Amino acid sequence: MSLREGLIAVVGDKDSVLAFKAIGVDVFPVDSEEEAKERVHMLARTHSVIYVTEQVAIWADMYIKRYKARAYPVVVPIPSASGNSGMGLAGIKANVEKAIGADILFDREDK
Amino acid sequence: MAKLNVNPTRMELRRLKTRLKTAVRGHKLLKDKSDEMVRRFMLYVRENKRLREEVEGELQAALKAFMLARATSSDAVIEEAFAMPGTRVRLSASSKNIMSVEVPSFEIIKEEGGEMYPYSFASVTSELDGVVSSLSELMPKLLKLAEVEKTCNMLADEIEKNRRRVNALEYVMIPQLEETIKYITMKLDENERGATTRLMKVKSMLEQKD
Repeated sequence: MSLREGLIAVVGDKDSVLAFKAIGVDVFPVDSEEEAKERVHMLARTHSVIYVTEQVAIWADMYIKRYKARAYPVVVPIPSASGNSGMGLAGIKANVEKAIGADILFDREDK
Repeated sequence: MAKLNVNPTRMELRRLKTRLKTAVRGHKLLKDKSDEMVRRFMLYVRENKRLREEVEGELQAALKAFMLARATSSDAVIEEAFAMPGTRVRLSASSKNIMSVEVPSFEIIKEEGGEMYPYSFASVTSELDGVVSSLSELMPKLLKLAEVEKTCNMLADEIEKNRRRVNALEYVMIPQLEETIKYITMKLDENERGATTRLMKVKSMLEQKD
């Protein structure tokens, strides 16, 4: 894989993403499903890492799934300003279940 | 298990025997690969979990602080403050190979001389400074998370695929080949016995004639 332009993008509702602008990453506020889909789809071609808020991750799920099997772009869900629904940890859990067949990572800690 | 649809000939038997050998060898190799991948996956996924918990906690704290900071100034002031970022985070993005899975790997390229706070201190409150500094401290961790999480994703995918291959070999290919080989051997033996009895019969008929 050739070297990509190492650009980072953050996609999400305005309240959550504006803060990222100060530290020098590309910020794209979206507030509808269509916008989110289109934005993620476009960014996939130009950016290596895309952080999406949980809402956007749900909206653009169709595209994000498609990028799962490739090395780039890396799409990472992050909690938004309005709270954390545990989506990220659920993703890890799903990975463990897929690979091992049973969830051995989280199960142990509950007990 | 159904046998393959082949002619019971010696040539076919030899061909199947080589195929069986390859299949058994491939099965062993894939199984070893699967074991090693699971081991690596466990290492990564533990790190993934730890990082995610850390990042989510810190990020939420930072975003909450940002909300508060926003509340103390007007929207226009905040927008203006962030309109021109002083620094830019860049990555050198490449990929590395883990068990023949291409996973991403990043390195942050620090741009020197950038101003961390892209606004005039006079216009906004000090809470905003705290948010910006904690977010930029969080950035390396966020990137590490991206890298590790993607690695986990791809490894999990690959492990699943690999398991399918192993199972297909173990429960379909190898039994099928074994069954077919057995069938051909029996058929050939049967033919041979048939030929022997025929010869004996012919011989006894010739003797009777004399």
